Amino acid sequence: MRYSGFKVLTEGFSGNRGWTRAWREPEPKAEYDIVIIGGGGHGLSTAYYLARNHGLRNIAVLEKGYLGGGNVGRNTTIVRANYFLPGNQEFYSHSLKLWEGLEAELNYNVMHSQRGLINLFHSDGQRDAFARRGNAMISQGDDAELLDRAAVRRLLPYLDFDNARFPVQGGLLHRRGGTARHDAVAWGYARGADRLGVDLIQNCEVTGIDTAGGRVTGVQTTRGAIRARKVGIVVAGRSGQVAAMAGMRLPVESHVLQAFVTEGLKPAIDHVISFGMGHFYISQSDKGGLVFGGDLDFYASYAARGNLPMVEHVMEAGMTLMPMIGRARVLRSWGGIMDMTPDGSPIIDRTPVEGLFIDCGWNYGGFKAVPASGWCMAHLMATGEPHEVARRFRLDRFATGHLLDEEGTGSQHNLH
Amino acid sequence: MRLTCPLCGPRDRREFYYYGAADYLDRPAADAAPEAWDAYLHLRDNIAGPVRDLWYHDQGCGSWLVVDRDTVSHEMLSVRAVAEDRA
Ligand SMILES: Cc1cc2nc3c(=O)[nH]c(=O)nc-3n(C[C@H](O)[C@H](O)[C@H](O)COP(=O)(O)OP(=O)(O)OC[C@H]3O[C@@H](n4cnc5c(N)ncnc54)[C@H](O)[C@@H]3O)c2cc1C
Ligand SMILES: [Zn+2]
Repeated sequence: MRYSGFKVLTEGFSGNRGWTRAWREPEPKAEYDIVIIGGGGHGLSTAYYLARNHGLRNIAVLEKGYLGGGNVGRNTTIVRANYFLPGNQEFYSHSLKLWEGLEAELNYNVMHSQRGLINLFHSDGQRDAFARRGNAMISQGDDAELLDRAAVRRLLPYLDFDNARFPVQGGLLHRRGGTARHDAVAWGYARGADRLGVDLIQNCEVTGIDTAGGRVTGVQTTRGAIRARKVGIVVAGRSGQVAAMAGMRLPVESHVLQAFVTEGLKPAIDHVISFGMGHFYISQSDKGGLVFGGDLDFYASYAARGNLPMVEHVMEAGMTLMPMIGRARVLRSWGGIMDMTPDGSPIIDRTPVEGLFIDCGWNYGGFKAVPASGWCMAHLMATGEPHEVARRFRLDRFATGHLLDEEGTGSQHNLH
Repeated sequence: MRLTCPLCGPRDRREFYYYGAADYLDRPAADAAPEAWDAYLHLRDNIAGPVRDLWYHDQGCGSWLVVDRDTVSHEMLSVRAVAEDRA
């Protein structure tokens, strides 16, 4: 079924009885050409582009829970291309371009909203760093504008500009940055992949990876053994466990990141605002809730919930930046399990096991990467060669020293 | 979340700095193979369940601590001084 405004209208007049299921619920087959482990954003987009760009059809996505139940449905939905380092820049630039055509491509409303992202700065040194970043973004072909204090005040009059510790001196505006509806991205890719013949198998946990003579031959699951010629591990926070099934240790430590949403309010915050010095960022969802978050809890964790010190820290930072939000009531908070790499950048690569590939290390920034990650992982799995824009996301870069340390903080697990 | 420091007693998580997996205690020899250094610095078991990691009592006695902890339940299983743990 094609979705359209006309369809919404006619269904509205006929009691909404004509909608059909968005995807099938197939039984797992005994064998596939390609098995993707993990039905999050990246697994679903990988399967979609394997079918769409490479004409492959005999593909399954195995998801231990339900589609979109992981981080793809738990993030704060910021989509941007404001990276600085060669290696990251071209990748996120490619991803943003895919976002810009995604709704037409998937025939699905992912509510991509390019409302503009503003990164605030508070000192001369920070201004220089942001000017440099903005120039790098422009030379990559993306957009950036350096705003002075008066220009930020016009856009965000409600900030506390004269905060004693972090007076707002200006910001870097990335107009094409914004948000999207996170669940819709998972659902849109799921529906798109299903329509191209991909089997989406839910409630199917992979419990083992079978190999013979250094080659992958299939997977063991809670719904039986499934043979496969190629297998992709795309399980975000669970990467360590699944890689261990193939005898691998990864440069990944899983941490918890929290987020918060308030009750619905009238439109007040028109942009995505990032207050890096306070580890705080915020936007307002289309339902009106203020969606905000901060930094990691900073200890390895698989609990999808965090602790109170970070809750307090995030609230304090929010009040520091924009005291007007103080009267909004927080409705919910939650946590997601982040696959953190030592340099804070991702991995899309082959593994030492022939036919086994891995896409992981998305840290706290993998939502914006969903389209390009799937695009590049599909390219790698179909052709055996890394895609041009993801060629630096190598698994061995820590051993060889070819790091992608975007924050410039060093390559150590507890620093990102 | 609280850690019971062997010197200071039960203290709020905020007093402590999380350094990482206790792998950091097994520093390779200076002339060890690059693979050993890569494993030491970067590769992790990253277990969901009981783990052993290193914390520092930053705003307390300044001890380095070996902490046995469950990464799924956040339960603290034991906290010992590194010096004691190695003895
Ligand atoms: C609070 C929070 C805020 C964030 N904010 C942003 C943001 O603003 N912008 C941004 O770009 N990114 C953000 N992120 C990061 C982003 O959400 C993640 O990097 C990204 O979603 C991870 O990729 P994924 O969607 O494939 O992961 P997931 O959705 O977690 O997918 C992995 C899937 O693998 C499945 N799985 C695991 N083990 C197995 C197994 N053995 N067998 C079968 N299936 C398995 C899981 O059930 C899960 O569904 C945020 C994350 C959090 C938690
Ligand atoms: Zn102490």
